Amino acid sequence: MKRYHIFLSLILLILVVLPLFLDNYILGIFVMVFFWAYVGQSWNVLTGYTGHISLGHALYIGVGAYTSTYLAQVFGLSPWFGMFAGGVVAAGIALFLGFLGFRFGLRGVYFVILTIAFAEITRLIVSHVEALGSFSGIFLDFEPSFWNFQFSGNLPYYYISLALMVGSLVAVYIIEQSKLGRFIVAIREDEEAAQALGVNTFKYNMLAIAISAFMTSIAGVFYANYIFYLHPNSMFGMSLSIELILRPIVGGLGTLFGPLIGSFLLTPLSEISRAYFAKGGLEGLHLVLYGIVAILVVLFMPKGIIVYVRRFLDPLMKDKK
Amino acid sequence: MSNLIATDITKRFGGLLAVNKLSFELAEGEILGLIGPNGAGKTTVFNCLSGFLTPEEGSMYLGGNAIKGLQPYQICQMGMARTFQIVKPFPTISVFDNVMVGALAHGTSLQEAKSMSQDIIESVGLRKMRDLEAQGLPLPLRKRLEMARALATRPRVLLLDEVMAGLNPTEVDEMIDLINQINQDGVSVLLIEHVMRGVMALSQRMIVINYGEKIAEGVPAEIVKNPLVIEAYLGKEFLSAQG
Amino acid sequence: MLKVNGIDVYYGDLPALRDVSIEVHEREIVSVIGSNGVGKSTLLKTISGVNRPRKGAIHYAEMDITRTRSSRIVEQGISHVPEGRQLFPTMTVMENLEMGAHFQKAKKAKEALLEEVFTYFPRLKERLKQEAGTLSGGEQQMLAIGRGLMSCPRLMMLDEPSLGLSPLLVSTIFDIVRQINDQGTAILLIEQNVYHALSMSNRGYVLENGKLALQGTGQELLTNAHIRKTYLGL
Repeated sequence: MKRYHIFLSLILLILVVLPLFLDNYILGIFVMVFFWAYVGQSWNVLTGYTGHISLGHALYIGVGAYTSTYLAQVFGLSPWFGMFAGGVVAAGIALFLGFLGFRFGLRGVYFVILTIAFAEITRLIVSHVEALGSFSGIFLDFEPSFWNFQFSGNLPYYYISLALMVGSLVAVYIIEQSKLGRFIVAIREDEEAAQALGVNTFKYNMLAIAISAFMTSIAGVFYANYIFYLHPNSMFGMSLSIELILRPIVGGLGTLFGPLIGSFLLTPLSEISRAYFAKGGLEGLHLVLYGIVAILVVLFMPKGIIVYVRRFLDPLMKDKK
Repeated sequence: MSNLIATDITKRFGGLLAVNKLSFELAEGEILGLIGPNGAGKTTVFNCLSGFLTPEEGSMYLGGNAIKGLQPYQICQMGMARTFQIVKPFPTISVFDNVMVGALAHGTSLQEAKSMSQDIIESVGLRKMRDLEAQGLPLPLRKRLEMARALATRPRVLLLDEVMAGLNPTEVDEMIDLINQINQDGVSVLLIEHVMRGVMALSQRMIVINYGEKIAEGVPAEIVKNPLVIEAYLGKEFLSAQG
Repeated sequence: MLKVNGIDVYYGDLPALRDVSIEVHEREIVSVIGSNGVGKSTLLKTISGVNRPRKGAIHYAEMDITRTRSSRIVEQGISHVPEGRQLFPTMTVMENLEMGAHFQKAKKAKEALLEEVFTYFPRLKERLKQEAGTLSGGEQQMLAIGRGLMSCPRLMMLDEPSLGLSPLLVSTIFDIVRQINDQGTAILLIEQNVYHALSMSNRGYVLENGKLALQGTGQELLTNAHIRKTYLGL
């Protein structure tokens, strides 16, 4: 395993040092790579590891974004603290959703519909609340400072999103090795069998959804203070919910590095093709390219790209005795 | 002392009376065989005992504690574990990780659970398959995994549902030895079985149910001669084949 | 009438069957016995077209069916009653039976075929509207065999029909299989219950680790020392 650790540390070192060589535009692409990797990892906890498919995870991004922004604009509270408030609200909503789903035995498609419904209902509610910007959305004032979680240039955002991505990796790794991790995987594999073995599946399902929601909402805070505009359709909308699941699926659902690998592949593809096609006046064509890649991966590599990455790397990683 | 006492268990599915006032006792350290035709209600009884179903009437006591209405995970934590007729391994994780789930059930530490899992895996003869994916295992080994997982929860009572179905005679013998060993380690066993060789070799006592009711109870030697049992379940050929 | 010649069957890279050859003649009962995982089910699935052999050939009534589609194979007269029955659980008994006769030749004879099934299994006639998933194990096995009969087979392949059945039912089912054979259908039988299987078979094959280990008449195999020890526990 030692070689493996060295390999990972090397990659981390490269990522830390990389900004010295990159211009602001490329840095921006990396910010999004790390961002989507982080969001994907948060979603992975509920869907990849515990096995409950959520197609409404945008809900938690929106909750994080709107909560911290509201607290910042009305009470001047720094988003660094607003993050936790947003996380608590997100976890609270998730627990409510989880209660409805898990207590009443909603599984499979029915659970999916529940997640979609929650996101949609929240989107509609926020669209009608004046204090939250209603239909026009909220424009954030650009007042760069550490307290405000706003920065000029992509460099600070690069390091923050890198920290989030690495942090989520560590968090999920710890979960994986713990009792919690083993129980949620058991639930995914066979919930009935898990119950017969003494696992309080309701409790662990609730924990999984709360953790996933909390983590996801932090991404919302980041996002709000990166693009400076919140709108219910973009923050709670279906397209966001779908966008965030693509990378973990393509990379490898239920694996530690899947969301990262997926993001490193898809995000640059998305960003670069968007710019490329926009120049030629073919706006939106990047989505077609994007979709094709996703279809190809799902058809030929359903377990995700990580299977092939592992096959390639494992022989190289074997420690010399 | 009785480990498991079931009294007048009655379970209905709509208009169908699946189990009708069934009563029995499993004594401490006993192996009790439960036999009967398909559809007689045997697995339904197991589902009631283990909390997956709640009987409409009747009571169930495990080691003196009432268990009716409790959730399956609670009953497991109180010391009764079960296997499933159609085995339910956690397919994409390893044998070891499968057993770990059971081992962690009682608030054991991760370290303790790991060494306990290793011990149990060796005692059921799965040492070489420790790191193999459960879904790649052939049926007899899956059945052993199912038992290992249940054992990892350190039960005082073990409910085995047709663990010998699909095994050839050599494999049946191995399973008989394994169950005897488990029983000698202090676990009381209630087993549903169609493989007569197995249930006859293991059971100290047997109960026979048909159409949800107990039609016979006694030691194996009596049971096979009981005309009701022969008519409902064994068939006259059974006696001559045994000859 | 059925000739399997030297087939190799793989699951991905894993060999399941190697150089296996068996024959079933008209009106015969042939058993294939062996431990779990040794390839018995794979053999039936290859004959019925679910798996394709990497090497070797399968001939049925002078036709090469090695690469034929499963649905064609059923139409030609081979019926496969799979392990674990594999009924359509939310469909009724009647619907399951009808599903067995969904192609032209069988559709025309449907009424007659149904009568035949009910003669063997009167219990099914009583439960026509019941959902297959709610039947008892024995009734499910009867339905599975009944469904297999609906395709008007000349060769019926049964995979572990006695699995999970009480001793009384096992006897009943084997009696019925014998009757079906008496009426002219050849039987290829895979069974764990070696005693019953070999007692009623004309010939038998023993598979071990994907390869043919022994073959002979039913009686020869029943008295064979190796078989008595390994498979009969005697």
